[in-house]
Amino acid sequence: MVEFSLNNEKVKYSGDPSKRLLDVLREKFLLTGVKEGCGEGECGACSVLINGRLTNSCITAIGSLEGTSVITVEGFKNTKQYQLLEETFAKAGAVQCGFCTPGMIMAAQALLLSNAKPTQEDIREAISGNICRCTGYNMIIDAIKMAAEQGEGLW
Amino acid sequence: MSKISQSITKKDHVEKMSGDAKYVADLTFPNMLFGKMVRSTKAHANIIKIELPDMQDGYGVVDYKDIPGNNGLKVIKSEQPIFAEHEVRFIGESILMIVGSDYEQLKKYAASVIIEYEDLPGVYSIDESLESCVEYQYEHGVVDEAFKNATDIIEETFYTGYQEQLYLETQGAIGIYQDNKVTVIGSLQCPYYVKDAVMYAMGLEKDQVQIIQSTTGGGFGGKEDYPSMIGCQVAVASKKFNCPVKLILDRREDIVVTPKRHPAKLTYKAALDKNNRITAIDVDIRLDGGAYEGLSSVVLQRSLIAVTGVYKIAGLRASGKVMVTNTVPNGAFRGFGAPQSFFALEMMMSHIAKKIGMRPLDFKMQYFVKQGDMTATRGEFQYPIVLPKMLERAEQLSDYSKKYLKYESQSGRFRKGIGMSLFLHGCGFTGSGEKDFIRSIVQLVKYEDDSIEILVSNTDMGQGVKTTFSKIVAQVLEIAVDQIIITNPDTDRVPNSGPTVASRSIMVVGKLLERAAKRLKEEYKSGKYQMIEEHYVHPDMIPWDIHLFTGDAYPTYSWGINVVEVEVDTLVAETKILGVWAIYDVGNAIDEIIMKGQIEGGMLQGLGYASCEKMENIKGTIRQASMTDYIIPTSKDTVPFVSELVDNPYEGGPFGAKGAGELTIIGIAPAYALAVEEAVEHNIRFIPVTPEKLMELL
Repeated sequence: MVEFSLNNEKVKYSGDPSKRLLDVLREKFLLTGVKEGCGEGECGACSVLINGRLTNSCITAIGSLEGTSVITVEGFKNTKQYQLLEETFAKAGAVQCGFCTPGMIMAAQALLLSNAKPTQEDIREAISGNICRCTGYNMIIDAIKMAAEQGEGLW
Repeated sequence: MSKISQSITKKDHVEKMSGDAKYVADLTFPNMLFGKMVRSTKAHANIIKIELPDMQDGYGVVDYKDIPGNNGLKVIKSEQPIFAEHEVRFIGESILMIVGSDYEQLKKYAASVIIEYEDLPGVYSIDESLESCVEYQYEHGVVDEAFKNATDIIEETFYTGYQEQLYLETQGAIGIYQDNKVTVIGSLQCPYYVKDAVMYAMGLEKDQVQIIQSTTGGGFGGKEDYPSMIGCQVAVASKKFNCPVKLILDRREDIVVTPKRHPAKLTYKAALDKNNRITAIDVDIRLDGGAYEGLSSVVLQRSLIAVTGVYKIAGLRASGKVMVTNTVPNGAFRGFGAPQSFFALEMMMSHIAKKIGMRPLDFKMQYFVKQGDMTATRGEFQYPIVLPKMLERAEQLSDYSKKYLKYESQSGRFRKGIGMSLFLHGCGFTGSGEKDFIRSIVQLVKYEDDSIEILVSNTDMGQGVKTTFSKIVAQVLEIAVDQIIITNPDTDRVPNSGPTVASRSIMVVGKLLERAAKRLKEEYKSGKYQMIEEHYVHPDMIPWDIHLFTGDAYPTYSWGINVVEVEVDTLVAETKILGVWAIYDVGNAIDEIIMKGQIEGGMLQGLGYASCEKMENIKGTIRQASMTDYIIPTSKDTVPFVSELVDNPYEGGPFGAKGAGELTIIGIAPAYALAVEEAVEHNIRFIPVTPEKLMELL
């Protein structure tokens, strides 16, 4: 039995502790905003926050989560921070196919939580574990920069 | 910038941001089963015996014997089996699918299937292969004579590698068979291609097959033909098991079995006269087609048509072959045969220039095509060409010529270089496809509440057609874009407006929507249901003859200039990108931010093709079959790009728009390679220019 907080609600999981967090989130909790892109921790489409840290859920065993707080895009989307990112991602044209987007948003949030005023290089570093094949990244970087500049006090 | 170009929030922005958009893996149906494919581990072999594991109730197998119709994948021909029968021709070919309810259990069963093979001889590369499945050649002007009278003949051979689309969402589909009808829901570019293929494999009529696109996580051509394969496989399985069946490829599987950009070998021979002018070019192109022909014939056509690029060359002979190998079949990838040709051509022209002591750009400028000139295939460049104006702007932004001069003589460990490429892209289907095969139809429906729905079969895979199509209709009708409804296509509801390929959607389908919207405006009756249908009309052009390989292959062309500046650490052969500049003529952009997205994304994909995206097959085994091993650019491998559009509206496109999606990947590889070449002072004749390969040159 593993007990943890998922999107700010206490949950329990009693299945196989070696199961991937990604599968548990998608299959048991129906949180399909968390995507599988590679299954080996390379692409970041499955990114979630565990205790505020950006983590690939495809290489995280559910059994390791006891007492942690897990936030997926579904839990993040009700925040003011998300609202601002939604606007700036639209303005910068940072979303194309959308498959990397939920993971990218979590990477942006992880960065801004630890560094509210990131430089362009900080942003490049922060999303370097999240692969995007459509946008070429620069428009995503612009979107995160814009959010940081407009988000006075949000982070 | 015209009014329509002003950017709006994309139609699907909110659902994609929040994770609410449903991709095929996110969909589930009552009683749904899963499939796990058992694939060939041999590059060429006969199947002697298949031994299945004991499986619990509810699990079973689907193979060729279960196909109710034809065991052939309908693409152009229908030669690739949906499930192999007795022979396998490449590693990864589908043999049978295990179907059942628990995916972990399925994987175990699939892994314990034992297949006994009898090995057959195999060939694995262009040079080994003696068999071609497609051949074309064409010629114009004086060629043999030019070579006979030449004062110098320069010959070079260029090699380009595989490129994997690596859309972030792997391929997959769900088949649902009920009441004598099959529905396939999947990640795909071309619903009607899948429909035709499923009808053929299932032996069903038009009204018995329905294809629905789920939100698609990138395509880049990779989801042009292979979704038909998966669609047929799940359709067959769902009929046999009488349950919905879902098949999602894992990443390794997707890389191993789905079509990629063709590796190519291109030999250019140029005849120069006593004034060092090119009098004729003779080109031979070999594409590695893999084990089945698929779309390779059309890919080769585009390669061959592109061989002289933006240059007017008096004599031209071009020949090409698609070679058959026991490797994964290659197919469509953004650019569709053109990136290979433009790499070779742009390098070749620069190498000739350097050999005769001219600067590459000065040499190339002598040959720029102009409006009214003949195309490579004896068509005509009908519309204004603004290459000189684009060049002027490219120079202003990048300072190319000044930097080129400056970097000509350098010493020391870190050396800089700058490269420029000039290129075009024929917009839309090659040849007479639009007229003879596609014959697009679009519909606009106005409901009683005056909302308007766009009914087309073109898919949004990230490139934004839901938004651009809506903008076109809204602008004509002078209404808000919010009043326009456009959903993922369902072949039971939408007419066949053709596949989402060849940079055709906006120019061809968008034009039909513009016409439909104009008609609706004229006939508009508020509060009434109205339906407007428009059919494709072929533009006035020189008829295309595929046998002679002559005529207008495309109604018009988009144009581009790319500049790349690099710094090479000559000690470790590592290359850093310092700057990227681009000027494009896409007629008029329907949305400037969406266009910028195509530019930024296409160019970085092209930089990956040029630099780090190495993929090899060793006796038919793809060595880089994961995202760990196949390296694509990350956010740290790129720099801010500077790009601009020039206005050059095309009357045949909506609001003057031409094709744009593929153009952005066509020319960046040679610009990059030319920059590296200047820095290291060695001619480059291959891509990707990895540090290992560059080290060999240094």
